[in-house]
Amino acid sequence: MSENNVVKFIITRQDSPEEESYTEEFEIPYRANMNVISALMEIRRNPVNAAGKETAPVNWDMNCLEEVCGACSMVVNGKPRQSCTALIDNLEQPIHLEPMKTFPVVRDLIVDRSRMFDSLKKVKAWIPIDGTYDLGPGPRMAENKRQWAYELSKCMTCGVCLEACPNVNNNSEFIGPAAVSQVRLFNSHPTGEMNKEERIESLMGEGGLQDCGNSQNCVQSCPKGIPLTTSIAALNREMTVQSFKSFFGSDK
Amino acid sequence: MPENREYFNRRLHSLLGVIPIGIFLIQHFIVNHFAVYGASSFNAAASFMESLPFRYALEIFIIFLPILYHAIYGLYIVFQGKNNTRRYGYFRNWMFLLQRVTGVFLLIFIAWHVWETRVQAALGVDVNYDMMADILSSPWMLAFYIAGVLSATFHFANGLWSFAVSWGITITPRSQLIMTYVSIGVFVVLSFVGIRAILAFINPDLANI
Repeated sequence: MSENNVVKFIITRQDSPEEESYTEEFEIPYRANMNVISALMEIRRNPVNAAGKETAPVNWDMNCLEEVCGACSMVVNGKPRQSCTALIDNLEQPIHLEPMKTFPVVRDLIVDRSRMFDSLKKVKAWIPIDGTYDLGPGPRMAENKRQWAYELSKCMTCGVCLEACPNVNNNSEFIGPAAVSQVRLFNSHPTGEMNKEERIESLMGEGGLQDCGNSQNCVQSCPKGIPLTTSIAALNREMTVQSFKSFFGSDK
Repeated sequence: MPENREYFNRRLHSLLGVIPIGIFLIQHFIVNHFAVYGASSFNAAASFMESLPFRYALEIFIIFLPILYHAIYGLYIVFQGKNNTRRYGYFRNWMFLLQRVTGVFLLIFIAWHVWETRVQAALGVDVNYDMMADILSSPWMLAFYIAGVLSATFHFANGLWSFAVSWGITITPRSQLIMTYVSIGVFVVLSFVGIRAILAFINPDLANI
């Protein structure tokens, strides 16, 4: 592409959480190796829309710029993904940018992903190691187990799987695939396993894994390639076993 | 189990879809299939089913209540989802949508079908080959019944697939893929049995056998 080329954007904007959204078009000069974030930075430097009118710069969220933090997720040309790895050269123009509307929009492309962090708290996605005395080293983890558990640990709570899920919306309490897979991660850890039942019980609560409708959009959309639907089915089995155990009774 | 009510309801919905509703669907189609051997064959099979002991208890506990629960809770599940096949046109997402579309259609179809046959039977009308031949003589009703049969077989076959995932039977992507093939097989076989029975009711050669 020549130096004179421009990149066209159609951006869904919203001035505050309560206000209606609207779209605004932008044309910015092309530079080699641009990504969506560097284009948004260009708009911030020179906040003029395609009509030549000065406007408020577009707001977005970002942090690591290398697809490991999940903060810059947005809907790029219809698909939720991280804007830092959305290279302009690979995108069809005009490039449509929208916030992930499954979450409450804070402003423009910034959304509030708090529900994801609340879900992690709900399913106890951590390993309790605190005690009143030194508990000593924990049990060892088998290497083959560590390898697949590592894949699950790549989750960055970016929200793409929740955005893609038809059952995560304001009509449902469903916690979504991300937190479910974290239960599998922490239950596979030799120390975390000691609190396995608590996590499974929490997954069986309101908005739990039973709300999954198996559309499997999550596993298709996950930018980290996490086997989310395998985690879902594996935990479905755990829930079945747990419900039989707790109804008919068994030693823990 | 009060804190796990939603879990219990959802799993009950999944279980009832297969046992007894799925089993009943197969049995119903097999009895209908007697029509292929002629009117008297079908009438004999239908009156045998009608003469089963404990008929009302069987109907209420194996057919009506499970279907009623499955339908009402299923409708609640439909309203919880927001379909997005336009944006995510993956195979499983389409199956997710079709499962809901066929479910809602079946609610209408089965209500009509029960009114036309079981309720009429309770009002003293004889349910036999001629009754079905009469209903299906209208091309609209024929299309409605064929759509009903295909919806039922699809909903059952695809429901078997998600049953296997929801109860944690198929976990790996490979086992889920093979279950997809199995469910396609169930769909094809049951559709064949169901459609063949319907076509037997509009075949004038079979009416007097």
